[in-house]
Order: sequence, then structure tokens, then C-alpha cells
Amino acid sequence: MIKEIKGALIITKREVRDQFRDWRIVFPIILLTILFPGLMNFTAHQAVSFVERHNAPIIGERLIPFLLMIVGFFPISISLVIALESFVGEKERKSIEPLLCSPLSDWQLYLGKLLAAMVPPLLASYLGITVYLIAVRFQIGWKPDPVLLIQILLLTTVQAITMVSGAVVLSSQTTSTRAANLLASFIIIPFALLIQGESIVMFWAVYDILWWVILAQILIATLLVRTGVAYFNREEMLGRELDRLDIGWGWRIFRTEFRGQADNIYKWFRFELIKNIQDMKLALLFSLILLIAGLLVGYSQSSRFRIPSDLLSFEHMSNGFIEGLDAISFFSTSSVTLIWWHNIRVILLATLLGIFSFSILGLLIVMLPLVFIGYTVGNIAAAGLSTSKFITGLIIPHACFEIPALIIAGAAILNLGATLTTPADGKTIGEAWIISLAQWAKLMVGLIIPLFLCAAIIEVFITPKIAASLFGG
Amino acid sequence: MIKTYQLSKHFDDFIAVNQINLNVEAGEVLGLLGPNGAGKTTTVRLLTSVLKPSHGWAKIAGFDVEKQAKDVRASVGVLTENHGVYNRMPAGEYLDFFGQLYEIEPTVRQKRIQEILHHFGIARSIHQPIGEFSKGMRQKLALARALIHNPPVLLLDEPTSAMDPESAKIVRDEIRKLRSNDRTIIICTHNLTEAEGLADKIAIICDGKIIAQGSPKTLKQQFLGPAEYIVHFSFNLNNNKIELPKGAHLEKKGIDWLIYRADDPAKVNPKVLEILIGQGLQVVSLQEVPQNLEQVYLQVINNHREPEISNDQRN
Repeated sequence: MIKEIKGALIITKREVRDQFRDWRIVFPIILLTILFPGLMNFTAHQAVSFVERHNAPIIGERLIPFLLMIVGFFPISISLVIALESFVGEKERKSIEPLLCSPLSDWQLYLGKLLAAMVPPLLASYLGITVYLIAVRFQIGWKPDPVLLIQILLLTTVQAITMVSGAVVLSSQTTSTRAANLLASFIIIPFALLIQGESIVMFWAVYDILWWVILAQILIATLLVRTGVAYFNREEMLGRELDRLDIGWGWRIFRTEFRGQADNIYKWFRFELIKNIQDMKLALLFSLILLIAGLLVGYSQSSRFRIPSDLLSFEHMSNGFIEGLDAISFFSTSSVTLIWWHNIRVILLATLLGIFSFSILGLLIVMLPLVFIGYTVGNIAAAGLSTSKFITGLIIPHACFEIPALIIAGAAILNLGATLTTPADGKTIGEAWIISLAQWAKLMVGLIIPLFLCAAIIEVFITPKIAASLFGG
Repeated sequence: MIKTYQLSKHFDDFIAVNQINLNVEAGEVLGLLGPNGAGKTTTVRLLTSVLKPSHGWAKIAGFDVEKQAKDVRASVGVLTENHGVYNRMPAGEYLDFFGQLYEIEPTVRQKRIQEILHHFGIARSIHQPIGEFSKGMRQKLALARALIHNPPVLLLDEPTSAMDPESAKIVRDEIRKLRSNDRTIIICTHNLTEAEGLADKIAIICDGKIIAQGSPKTLKQQFLGPAEYIVHFSFNLNNNKIELPKGAHLEKKGIDWLIYRADDPAKVNPKVLEILIGQGLQVVSLQEVPQNLEQVYLQVINNHREPEISNDQRN
């Protein structure tokens, strides 16, 4: 293993040397390492003096750690430029082929390039942080809390890894630097939002949240590296000459996967849908585990955020509950449509977020209803009320359909994310992803949407009546 | 040393290489000829394990290109169609980098770099950035890179393309020097004279298929027929009826010349001279009409394309 990593480091060493021969890379690094921390130090000094004059020292206290984070972030932004052109730049300069003909394995080439794009900006970033810290120490006398310093260093490092691993994936999957740069907005926009979020945390000074941010980024970076390694191959690198947007090609793949071998609806349900479900056994199991975990998380939080027990009384349900619902025309098809469409919308949103986050955000949304159920059950139990009555009367009737739909939706979203990190033999990343999207659509059309419809009908016409009868209405 | 069986490569619906069978022994040089887009570069990429075959197999130095890709790459030296050099890097460092990739020990590596640069006459430029090299020097450096690990198999894709005649000659001379009993070389080229001068065997590839294969001599006989001879006379032939002996077939006749084809030149040519002189014709010269690979190539390609053209016309 060490020998193989050494092979990857040969690439890294050459690339780093080459970068230091290019003034277009060296100049911004020097600027961001030496001059920018100096500027930040000057800003911090001026800001602290200013806010002290107006009796608002807290702004200065919060600004200095915030600038520490910014000083760390700016040099690593260069890594994005280096990483974006790592593979595709060499392809454009026609120097990639001798490298691909060498005995190095695909992952060695990939790792070598990944490290090469990351190491110089990261070193510049550490140097910038050091320069800034020394300057603020001598000028303002500020010294960071060691835990905060570790957090900032870790944050800077994982941000570099996440950005670079994402950019290298783009670089290895495109055929021109221009295309890679355009696609980089998929990295730049989430990072812009992330930095804004981190800035709020830094000014809010709840630094514990940074651990979660670091953890989430480690997860995303791991998945991105996995994606990169899974889909990097020599053949794709040389076999593809043009990035073509071929909607017809995409549609054909989608249609073939969606229809499968079925020539009528019965066969589609009987064979294709069942096969789809069977192929997703593991994803379904994982989705089920996640929903149970959501339930438990919700239950555990009920002791932390208690609902006053008088708000949980079911007494009001015994008097005119049904009449009240009737008065607002609850028992109607429009209520069914409203609930049905709401649930579908949630799954569409979860899918959309899942696409951009390797399923993570999508799965969190799918888990949410179970978190609320667990939380409410916990509060009902704490208030000394009957949890079985609550579950039987208000949850189970429509949940019989809704929860299976959620499990299936979770599995489909997980499958979409997993496709990006798992090599599909002989298929491109785009091809594999369109197939997963077709599988998701199959489950949506064949199971999730009909199950949600059943759930909505029961929720409107049956659940309130069962609840009313159980609670004596 | 290089053996392929039904080697094929498809890119979606496009067949780039179609059931190629090759057998190149150690010490042999194969010239792979074909028009642009014929499948030469794809074949080279298949033989270097950069592309995976869609069907069939290939073995290089005993290693399977699909299952033993790393061993194949370690056994092959490739001169790619483009130089593939790093402009900011000095020549010595460039070779050292590739030497490391091929896991050559540092001391051996340095010795080899010196030797190889000296051999190609660019030893003085060892510390010079490659960006400052001329095209010929870059090509020689790329050839040096392909040889850094002393591979038993050399694949040279368009080794002299876009080079001036002098640089091309230098590279050709170097390739000649690289011939040895235990090295197999494949040269992909459009330059037919170069192929004829360097290769023991020729394979002509078109539309991904090998459409002719053999030694240059065999191919000439196969596609151009027996040798042709031209006889020049000292006066106009006018309407003189020319009689030729058995085994000599008149092909063309001009004012003071004629061309015939001889089944067995050693026996037929003296008889031709004897008969012509006997007829009172004053022969100035008799010489063989040169048959070159270009004629073979054009004929083979035309034969291959003719059915397509006639099909198009029919449609």
C-alpha cells in the first residue's frame, strides 16, 4: 500500500514543482499568504479601536476569529482553479496520454492529482493563518482559544479537500477547461452559502456548531473522493472528445430503464416494479433504519424541549371535533388533493436536495415526519397520557400507507446518491445517474404517489373518525 | 510478442476497431497504415491497455491487455501522436519523472537518462525547459521517454508527422537503430516511404478493419501483380507490330517505348531483348518499373471502398 501511495506522490511532486514554476499560481498564493493576512490584521485593529470607542467591544471580539477563518479560506480558493484544470488541462495540452500509458493505476493517478491541487494552497493557508495570528498577537494582544484554532485548521483543511475533490471530479469528467469552469458553479454556489453560514456561526460565537460543519464536510469530501475514484478511468479520459448535450440520448436511456421489458401496464407493475424493489433491498433496509433512527431522535429530544402538558390534552376532541372539521369542509376531495400534493412536493424537494448532497439532505427531510412523531409521542408519554391511543387513533390509520411510501422514497433518493459514488461497470457517470433517476421515477409513479393518495384519503375520511371514537367524541 | 485475436473496440454504435488479428514476433517491425480515422490510434491505445477491448483479446509480451494492464503498460514504450511533454520542465527532470513512474532505481535511472540523451544528441539540453526545444528535439525527447524503461515493445504513433524532412530523417534513423532481435516495434504512419523503409511487415487498416497484411514484397506481388518492365527505343515505333515471347505480356505502348509484364523475369527478359533486336528494333534501355507501397496502398483502399461507392450510387 505504501509503495502504491509513493507512486501517486510522484505525480504530486511533479505537479507541485510545476505549479511553483508558474507565476500565475505563485503570485496569488504569495499575495493571499502574506499581504492578505496583513490587511486582515489592519482591518481587525481598526475595527477593534472603532467599536471600543463606541462601547461595543463584542463586535471586535467576534470579528477577529471571523477574520481568522477568512484568512484560512482565501488561499484554498486557489485550489479550485488548480483542481479544475488538473485532468482536463493536461488533456487540452495533450500531455495526458503518456501519463495514462504509465503503469500507475487509475486511483494512483487520481490521488496524485488530488493531492497536487490541494497541498500548495493548503500550505499557503496555514502560513496565512500563522502570519495573521502573529500579527494580531503583537498588535492587539489577541490569542485564540486552542479549541477554536483546531476547529479553524480542521475547517480549512476539510474545505480544501471538499472543494478539490469536487473540482477533480469535474475535471476528470469534462473535455474542456471551459466546461469544467462552467460546471464549477456547482461547487462555488454551495461554498458561498456555506461560508455565509459559517460567518453567522463565527459572529454568533456558538463555535460548537463548527464541529457539525466539519463532520458534514468530512462526509461530503469522502463521498466526493469516492465518486472521483469510482468514475475515473483512462478510457473515458481519452475516449470522449466532446461534451455534448444530447437530450435525445438521455431520454432514450431514461425511457428504456423506465419501461424495461414490459409491453403493458400489468407487466410493468408485475415484473419491472417488483424487480426494481428487489434491486433496492439494501437501500430499503437502510431507509427503514434511518426512519427508526429519526423516531428515536425525536423521542430523545422530547425530554429536552418539553411541550407543556396542558397543550396536549385530548379533551377538546370529545366535543364537536367532527363537527368542527366538517364546518371547515375538511371532509372533501380538495382536502385529499391538498394533503396528497403536499406529500408529493416534500418528496420532490427531498429528491432535489438529495441530488446536490449525495442524498444526505434528502434523507434528512424524509426522516423529519418520524422525528416529529417520536417527539410528540415522547411528550405525550411524559404528560402521562395514553401513547397507544394517540398512535392508534391519529397515526396508524394513514401511516400504514404513508410510512411505506417514505421508506421507498428514502431508498430511491439513497439510490440516486449512491450511484454517484459507485462505479457502474461500462457506464458513464451521466448514464448511470439517468438510470437511477428512471428507477426513482418508476417507484414514484408505481408506488409512492399511489400510496400517498391512499394515505391522504384515509387521513381525510377515516383517521378523524377513528380518533373521535377513541377519544370519546 | 504482440498477438491479437478478433480485437475490437466500439464506442456506442461506432466501431473504431473491428476484429483485428495481428501477430508480430520479437525483432519484427510492423507498419500500420491507413487513412485518417481508420483506427490506428485506437489500436495503439488498445495495445497499451488505455482502452479496454469490446471483443477479442490482445497479448503484449505475454500479458493480457485487459487482465494484466499494469504489466502491459510496464512492457510497452509509447510515442503518442502528440509529444505529450511538459513545457516548463527541464528535459532531464522530465525523463526522471517517467523513470520514477516505471519504478527504475535512482542510480540506474540517472545513468539511463544520461545515456539516452547522449544517444539522441540532446545531452547538452538536459537542464533546458522543454518549451524552448525545437519540434524535432521534442520528438526525440518523447522517443527517449518511450525508451526510458528499455521496453521490449515499442508503439510509435505518427513518429515523424508534421516534422521537417531533416528532423524526420533523424527520427527515422533513430528508429532504425532501435531495431533489435528482442524488441518488437509497431509504427503507425501516413508516410508510405517511411513504412517501406522501416517495416518488415505492413498492415493496412481502413474503417477499423485490417484489409491487407504481409511483407512489402508480398503485398506488391499480391496487389500489383508480376513486375513490369519498360523498354525505350531509339526511334518511333509507328505502327510496327511488336511480338513478345511467351511469358511476356504487353501492357502499354508509346511512341518510342513499351511496357510489358514478365511472369518469370530471369527467363523472359533475355528472350524479349533477343526478339526485339531480331525484329530490327534498336533498344536504348530496359528497366523495371518501380513498384512502391503507395500503389499498393491506394489500390487496397480503393478496392475496399469501391463496393461502398457503388452501393451509394445504386441507392
